[in-house]
Amino acid sequence: MSLLETVNIGQKYSGKYVLKDVSLSIKRGEVFALIGPTGAGKTTLLRLLDLLEAPASGRIYFDGRDVTANKSLRLQARRRMSFVLQKPTVFNMSVYDNVACGLKWRREKEAVVRQRVNQALELSGMAEYSSRDARTLSGGETQRVAIARALAVKPEVLFLDEPTANLDPVSASKIEEVLAHIIGEQKTTVVMATHNMSQGQRLAGRIGVIMNGQVLQVGSPAGIFSTPENKEVAQFVGVDNILSGIIVNRDNELVTIDVSGSLIQAISEYGIGEEVHVLIRPEDITLSPRKDASSARNNFEGRIARVFPVGALVRVELACGFPLLAVVTKRSAEDLGLAVDKKVYATFKATAVHIIKRWN
Amino acid sequence: MSELWDGLVTAVKLIISFDPEVMSIAGRSLAISATSSTIAAMICLPLGAVIHFNKFPGKRTLINIVQTLFSIPTVAVGLFVFVLFSRAGPLGGLDIMFSPIVMVIGQVILISPIMLGLTVSALSGIDKSIADTAVSLGANTFQTAVITLREARFAVLAGLIMGFGRAISEVGLSLMVGGNIAGFTRTITTAISLETSKGDIELALALGIILIIIALAINLVLNRIQQK
Repeated sequence: MSLLETVNIGQKYSGKYVLKDVSLSIKRGEVFALIGPTGAGKTTLLRLLDLLEAPASGRIYFDGRDVTANKSLRLQARRRMSFVLQKPTVFNMSVYDNVACGLKWRREKEAVVRQRVNQALELSGMAEYSSRDARTLSGGETQRVAIARALAVKPEVLFLDEPTANLDPVSASKIEEVLAHIIGEQKTTVVMATHNMSQGQRLAGRIGVIMNGQVLQVGSPAGIFSTPENKEVAQFVGVDNILSGIIVNRDNELVTIDVSGSLIQAISEYGIGEEVHVLIRPEDITLSPRKDASSARNNFEGRIARVFPVGALVRVELACGFPLLAVVTKRSAEDLGLAVDKKVYATFKATAVHIIKRWN
Repeated sequence: MSELWDGLVTAVKLIISFDPEVMSIAGRSLAISATSSTIAAMICLPLGAVIHFNKFPGKRTLINIVQTLFSIPTVAVGLFVFVLFSRAGPLGGLDIMFSPIVMVIGQVILISPIMLGLTVSALSGIDKSIADTAVSLGANTFQTAVITLREARFAVLAGLIMGFGRAISEVGLSLMVGGNIAGFTRTITTAISLETSKGDIELALALGIILIIIALAINLVLNRIQQK
């Protein structure tokens, strides 16, 4: 049975819906990541799940009980969870006292408080900061105190809102290390929001993609990454080639799609005449100076429209009857002598093409 | 000029010799104002939290009214309390007119708007994420109010001290409802006003100096708080 369940919950701020008809089910012990662009409604959803605010519509169940509206049930349930807010906030007191707050509010005995606080500080790598004034810490340290404070109450569900969003890369990877450790050791149920797709992939067992206040797809990180169910999700998870076409032929599972006159082969169950989006990840495309004789089904001649480096990679925009974006390493870009206007061949397998139905 | 100088010298002598009359008047002033400040604080801190943490129609208007009452004339409060507690008034039966009790009541009315208004504004100066964090860590409504007040403690304390400052320095109210009865309701300010009109400049000056010292002490404390 699920630990936390929402049925068609929605929330509006000043008359406008920021979250609509969200039905989610979080299982005990799982790590669930909500990913989506800024402003998609991730924070609002977390606030509703943590019972910080009540939904405008729908119902929320925690451990089998309806906690949508009853104030004392909500407090009881809230005391079994904790939430690390996006903007880490510490109270104007020592690090130790900050971490002890949640336990004191639950009226835990002094000895229990001491033991749990020290344990949580140890876990988050903040033990030697115990007596420091919490206001004097850096951003990364403050975030670790906030995490220790949330862990000290031994929550059944831990909510994390963009745990590394406001941090420099070094602090961010430290925080991620702490989180990975907690997830591995404590078996706590974790629900985290992130706009960072790869962070979701690294930490979560299941991912929900949220956009414009709606959860569009829920699934395993690999599933979401390789088979996005619609164009918006595909764009968000980094599928840069999204082409519109129509299925013109079918041979068992192998279909041929007409994309502005060019024929692309793919594996799909859709029938002839279906209007579809053709999704191709840039890293699945290989470039070569000659026509490839490999088993890859799709082979297109094109001219390079633009070449631009991104980190250790080079992105190459091709015109081959339709626009195509490919990614190669710097080394192979040099070997191939890639330059604007140069003729190259782009190759990708039929299995690298993901087909989704076009709705409009 | 020499009269003023002689007065000053005598006043300082009265203070450093711990003149019984001067000390008893100063002590009474401090006691009455400290009592009214404590009572007002006990009303205004919780009430301020209730106003801050709840949404209700007319909240803005209420805060505006409270802020307007910051500068309510002491004689206006004096008149109100006088009418309320005088023999013929609705609470005349209590028979507390011209006593320290009615002075405390008057001062509570006088300084509550300041303490309440400054408590509300101190709380609104605290980021909402403090309350959110507390609630998310399992604090109930009362615990959330306490931690937020604690976060605002320096600003809140400054408001309380402002209230005390107004209580100890006012004269109109104490004179009207206290009656400046020697050894009973005579305070620093009422004594200064009486002794000056009687021509006893030395005593008035001595009390005046003490009042300034108290004001200075309050200011020093406030400064220390604001530097934190």
